[in-house]
Amino acid sequence: MKTVKSQFKFKGGVHPDYNKELARDKAIERMPVPAELVVSMSQHLGAPAKCVVKAGDFVKRGQVIGEKNGFISVCVRAPADGKVTAVEKRLGPAGGKADAVILDTTAKEEGAGSGEQGTPILPPLDWKTATREELLKRVEEAGICGMGGAGFPSAVKLNPPPAKRCEYLILNGAECEPYLTADFRLMLERADRIRVGVEIMRKVLGGPAVRIAIEANKPEAIAAMEKAFADIEGNVEIVVLPVLYPQGSEKHQIFATVGRVVPEPPALPIDVGCVVENVGTVAAIADAVEKGEPLLERVTTVSGDAVAEPKNVLAPSGTKYADLVAFCGGEKEQPAKVISGGTMMGFAVSTLDISTTKTTSGLLLLSRKRVFQYESGPCINCGRCVRACPMNLNPAEISKAVESDDVKSAEDAHVMTCIECGACSFGCPAYRQITQLCRRAKASIRARIAAEKAKASAAAEKEKLKSQPVLPEGATRGSK
Amino acid sequence: MKPKETAEHYILSSSPHAHSRASVSRIMLDVVIALLPTTAAGIFFFGMPAVWTIAVCVSTCIVTEALCRIAMKRENTIGDLSAVVTGLLLALNLPAGLPLWMAAAGSVFAIGVAKQVFGGLGMNPFNPALAARAFMLISFTGPMTTWLKPFWWKTPDAVTTATPLATMKTWFAAEATASASPHGLCNSACTGVPGLLDMLVGNMPGCIGEVSAAALALGAAYLLWRKVITWHIPVSFIATVFVYSLFAGGAPATMQVLTGGVMIGACFMATDYVTSPTTSKGKLVFGFGCGLLCMLIRQFGSYPEGCSFAILIMNALCPLVNRWTQPKPFGAK
Repeated sequence: MKTVKSQFKFKGGVHPDYNKELARDKAIERMPVPAELVVSMSQHLGAPAKCVVKAGDFVKRGQVIGEKNGFISVCVRAPADGKVTAVEKRLGPAGGKADAVILDTTAKEEGAGSGEQGTPILPPLDWKTATREELLKRVEEAGICGMGGAGFPSAVKLNPPPAKRCEYLILNGAECEPYLTADFRLMLERADRIRVGVEIMRKVLGGPAVRIAIEANKPEAIAAMEKAFADIEGNVEIVVLPVLYPQGSEKHQIFATVGRVVPEPPALPIDVGCVVENVGTVAAIADAVEKGEPLLERVTTVSGDAVAEPKNVLAPSGTKYADLVAFCGGEKEQPAKVISGGTMMGFAVSTLDISTTKTTSGLLLLSRKRVFQYESGPCINCGRCVRACPMNLNPAEISKAVESDDVKSAEDAHVMTCIECGACSFGCPAYRQITQLCRRAKASIRARIAAEKAKASAAAEKEKLKSQPVLPEGATRGSK
Repeated sequence: MKPKETAEHYILSSSPHAHSRASVSRIMLDVVIALLPTTAAGIFFFGMPAVWTIAVCVSTCIVTEALCRIAMKRENTIGDLSAVVTGLLLALNLPAGLPLWMAAAGSVFAIGVAKQVFGGLGMNPFNPALAARAFMLISFTGPMTTWLKPFWWKTPDAVTTATPLATMKTWFAAEATASASPHGLCNSACTGVPGLLDMLVGNMPGCIGEVSAAALALGAAYLLWRKVITWHIPVSFIATVFVYSLFAGGAPATMQVLTGGVMIGACFMATDYVTSPTTSKGKLVFGFGCGLLCMLIRQFGSYPEGCSFAILIMNALCPLVNRWTQPKPFGAK
């Protein structure tokens, strides 16, 4: 094991105010289970889980309440004992509604013993003796998805198609989003769990080299990880990355650690032999295997200048933002903006009546003076966005094309490659909503591709019907 | 639980929720600050006529901008300070002593015709100050090429003179016939040519803001430090002029760079965002084109100075240069 400096610097990137000092020294604090949990069936990327409980049911902590529903999907388990009061559509952080199980955690099932604390939910496994299949199955049944933000099902990521070999397992500990310190605290306090997770993943992935990517502004985390990994065998390196947003972006992290470039979508990291997983996910995998503990809770940074006591809170998935804020001493002043996630890629939400998911890395309450409101003006062609774009696109051209409804030009300018990191809008002196215009173009292109696919498959269906007579010759004639 | 009463007070917007706080008006202010040294130098060398020209151009540009926006029923944009920059740049590209109504007419052209007709800031294909200068050069050829001597109020005889450029032009011609070295020529033909130090500080006839290379370099350094401009256009522009004149003969290369509009053109005019390419590669091509055209006009054109026209032509080619120099996306084949 050694610590190295990143050899590769990607082009572009910006330096937002990190504001991490608000919560970086706050040790992870476990929050008591709130009276009501709203557990979304759509906490991950891919098909929402299929709800298998109904109002009135009593559920036990760890019980499956939503089944994995497709290849790119994960199951959802009850984060606490309780009674299902309703199953209904609830608002998610991104603005869409999804099925959610409303859990009253104060209700006790008559006759049932109180949930015996300490009893593992799943049988603990010894990763050294367990088979690859057993470990993969455990990751899947523990409902683990990427906890860095996108929520990609981990079991899928850990099981690449046989033709594609994983050469590098990259641990994402960059945490380049402003304010967020959840991963930082995790690396500091649970480095041993991360190490176990790495050993498990390494086994599942067939022994790839391991790169642990941490931004240089987290020396304590680097030291903690160095200590935890000191005696690990094999090709393991801690790669210290320069402080630059969006260093935590999967593609940029791969480039910064191993110098490989992931081709444009639909290519995935595994196409260049890499699997990237957030440090939180790695710790969750360790717990799922060794302790039989599914992914039921996570660390969320509650921060911002409008919250009384910024904290790194370990809370069950499904905890309402209002409860999180209350646990952090409530509001210091009236927040002007509430953000689920970080300031660069998080979602502004309209209410605190939204619940955390497996991917909620942060909840920020910002006062009026921290919220910069502006009206966008015309592009002055200054090129700041072009220099800032880590994907080396020309955001100015794309934004102008989308403004004039010329999605085709935006597509020709590779808008689908945009990772929506926000670096372009961040630096735009004309306050143009470049990132949002890119999103609009991407959504419209995705819709068009889906429509074309549907049309093509309908045409193919028709062709099939034509080529094989449905009815015997005589049948149609006879009916005339 | 019902949504909280405060819900509607939260501001909703798409990410990112952070901003660098860069703004158009701050950028324009930086350009004005960067132009202050050369403005001061111009006033130092040419006196009150320079002050009046600058005052008239800047105020006329602001008023024209305001009136145009009213006429177009659009929001007022004088707060972005781009009209101030245009007015100042135009004034600095005019000879001191020009009748003030001409300066005013040029300012109206710069804002009204070259900028607002196209929709205002960000939409104009040509640098407004340079378009106005070209308009004035054609309309008022005599006054636009009448140059005050530096410290003209101290000179007992004629207060107007030719610029070094006009003299340098003859060297190209002289060289074509007799292959004499320009330095040899200089002794006999041009006693009025300034020395190197005079060219650096700006003690020579010329436009108000173009004479002092040192003051312009200081301003350019400020813009580079503030990251308002990048080095690409100034360096490729000036390097092209320098290398061209090394090989083309005529005046010495340092003189080609330090006289006329090359310094102000490369650092302040060609770097205008709206009318120059966005990518670094594009900027290098653009600067090269400006330098090359400038020298071609100086050597073969009928005007002694080609800097403004060179930049205007490159402004027209800017969309094409942009097309050639689009960045290659990260991960693209």
